[in-house]
Amino acid sequence: MLSRAAESLYWMARYMERAEDVARIVDVNLSLQLDRPDNAAEQWRPMLAIGELEELYDSLGVGSATEDVLHFMSFRTENPSSILSCLSLARENARSVREIISSEMWEQVNSTYLEVIDAAETGWWRKQPHRFFQRVRIGSQAYTGVCSATMTHGEGWHFLRLGELLERADETSRILDVKYHFLLPRGAEDVGGSLDQIQWASVLKSVSGYEMFRKRFHDAIRPASVASFLLLDTEFPRAVRYCLVRAENALRSLPGASAEPPNDAVRLLGRLRSEFDYKAVAEVFAQGLHEFCDSVQARLAAVGDAIHRTYFALEASS
Amino acid sequence: MTDGTPDRAATYDPGEFWDEMFLPDRRVRESCRALHERMRTIGMEELRRRQGLAERALLELGITFLVYKEEKGVERIFPFDVIPRVVPAADWSRVEAGLRQRVHALSIFLTDIYGEQKILKDGVVPAEIVLGAKNYRSEWRGFTPPKGVWTHVVGTDLVRDKDGAVYVLEDNLRTPSGVSYVLENRQIMKHTLPEAFAKSRVRPVDDYPQKLLETLRHIAPDRAGGDATVVVLTPGLHNSAYFEHSFLAQQMGVQLVEGRDLAVMDGDVCMRTTRGYERVDVVYRRVDDDFLDPDAFRADSMLGVRGLVAAYRAGKVALANAIGVGVADDKVVYAFVPEIVRYYLGEDAILPNVPTFVCVRPQERKYVLENLDKLVVKAANESGGYGMLVGPHATAAEREEFARLIEADPRNYVAQPTLALSRVPTLTAAGVEGRHVDLRPYVLHGKDIWVMPGGLTRVALRPGSLVVNSSQGGGSKDTWVLRD
Repeated sequence: MLSRAAESLYWMARYMERAEDVARIVDVNLSLQLDRPDNAAEQWRPMLAIGELEELYDSLGVGSATEDVLHFMSFRTENPSSILSCLSLARENARSVREIISSEMWEQVNSTYLEVIDAAETGWWRKQPHRFFQRVRIGSQAYTGVCSATMTHGEGWHFLRLGELLERADETSRILDVKYHFLLPRGAEDVGGSLDQIQWASVLKSVSGYEMFRKRFHDAIRPASVASFLLLDTEFPRAVRYCLVRAENALRSLPGASAEPPNDAVRLLGRLRSEFDYKAVAEVFAQGLHEFCDSVQARLAAVGDAIHRTYFALEASS
Repeated sequence: MTDGTPDRAATYDPGEFWDEMFLPDRRVRESCRALHERMRTIGMEELRRRQGLAERALLELGITFLVYKEEKGVERIFPFDVIPRVVPAADWSRVEAGLRQRVHALSIFLTDIYGEQKILKDGVVPAEIVLGAKNYRSEWRGFTPPKGVWTHVVGTDLVRDKDGAVYVLEDNLRTPSGVSYVLENRQIMKHTLPEAFAKSRVRPVDDYPQKLLETLRHIAPDRAGGDATVVVLTPGLHNSAYFEHSFLAQQMGVQLVEGRDLAVMDGDVCMRTTRGYERVDVVYRRVDDDFLDPDAFRADSMLGVRGLVAAYRAGKVALANAIGVGVADDKVVYAFVPEIVRYYLGEDAILPNVPTFVCVRPQERKYVLENLDKLVVKAANESGGYGMLVGPHATAAEREEFARLIEADPRNYVAQPTLALSRVPTLTAAGVEGRHVDLRPYVLHGKDIWVMPGGLTRVALRPGSLVVNSSQGGGSKDTWVLRD
């Protein structure tokens, strides 16, 4: 497979995943607000911090009304993480590999993009924001399904999975981090209180993990159990460890991945995954949840760089 | 139109033109009976609804190009009209034979002018016209392309005049585009008017990608054995025909590459893959000669591959179409094609040329300059409707401008009478009205010469307009070539 095509597949998958993640986070924050309608502007801050968007948000002078924030997160092209920006990039990457992906994959990426464009132009999302985010999520999920069902599970597919899983691992670690950082220690009386419960539940909901969490942990929602579920679970598909295990499988299926000594990408991802295999949640808290999540993000970025060097940036030797 | 009787239109006006669906007395042509009957049954409103569905489908398929409005790129579909153009079997067999003959003769012509140049020595075509053509590449004299084939993919533009006769308007021998629209239009039409389609007994076009792949594999270097690696070379995502490049690569199951994906290593053309470098045997290039290789042609080309041309000359890689074929679709050389056919094949051309005045001949130049208001003037090497003057529709200033251009460089211009292009009923805001069309069939030349049964019918959507180019208000229709 062409290096350029592999790179496009990888980024197409990352941007589709990111668009879905943004839709999830915004939607959950929107419903969280309904439980606590005062001081709306302040409540969007954690979400902006997740995407490292606070500075951009302030510099663009976006209004503080809920609708302004939703618009910023959904449609502003200055925001590289807006749903529209992500879908545009996913689509441009898809367009450059149309001959490699199945027609249905392209049509799914394209129609999700067109639906968001239509929402932006007609403004219907203002009346039904929840429905809008739901449409984006469904579009992305349909895409994932179409990929799995129509594309040969060969090399291109492994690049695609790699992109999707690394993106998702990163996103989950950020969601967890922000909750811990911004929402938890508001004052001792809140910890374990009903508001705290609602907020932890919202973290789980933003990764569609609430129901699955409930099946696993039957008592009150505790930070340790949420962190354990979202970081270390091997079966929940948005847990960081699950993503790392599957990403490593995908990486190991690529050409040259079983060479000795292993290339940088294999080494860095394998080391990160094995650390997760043997991590106790108490150790995570001992290190500090925020510090731990931060280091995970940095190491995921290093894995991404190594993949780029190993597979995408082949230099001519003559 | 649709409220007429089964064999006659009620309100449609075929006008003073050859109408592809109706006779002058509004009776339906035999070949269009099934189609007309179906349109009449479903009615105007339903026809419009289906037009809407077809457009939506094209948008979702992403068959779009960018237009710039207020500095913002807006994607638009290439306008598509839901009423197909029907070609009866007998008309088609003549077209097919004519195209086969023409491509055959031009192929011998290219071999000759890059070889012995007998046709020039015999004075059938003036040597200065061929050797002075912008796209004659003298440095390739003595070169034989793989398997002796020059023009693997040809798209010849045909028009039908008032009297129903089919003429060749121009030859496109370099990188003719549009075939992807033919294939996609067909898919859309099968969903849009399935009943009429089934009843009309339309010949399929879907095997084009397979035929194209066979054509390309035919010219692979022998060392490739039965397993040649074919690629499609595109200028990239921003090229207006990118969709087609990607579509053809996908349909053939081969790699779509850009110049930056290729490198020449030890004389071989290779692509950069995730497994390292992989050798390429055949390049279907959709990049003009000038941009192929900065070492051989334009040094500022960002699209090309350094060393590609040397590899081609050394027989390490095959190119389709061959370098230097542009001389044969030069619009001045075009005027000599009937003589070229006669000279090499000893036959008259089955498909006539449109009468053409060659401005380099003083007598003809004089006539052209005196009759600019009646003629269509074309520059020798432009396409897409550029470098063209449609005399009857031009302003006095535009005609003066062309008079100056012709005087300054007569070799570069030809002129033709304005043709009354045939019309096909087309869905418009006012209902169904006649619009002028041309036809571009595609011909593949590999082991033998194959003519696709159909082609791209381009339609001038503006009322009265004769310009079918998509850059100037043109759209397309599906072309139904019927079985015997």
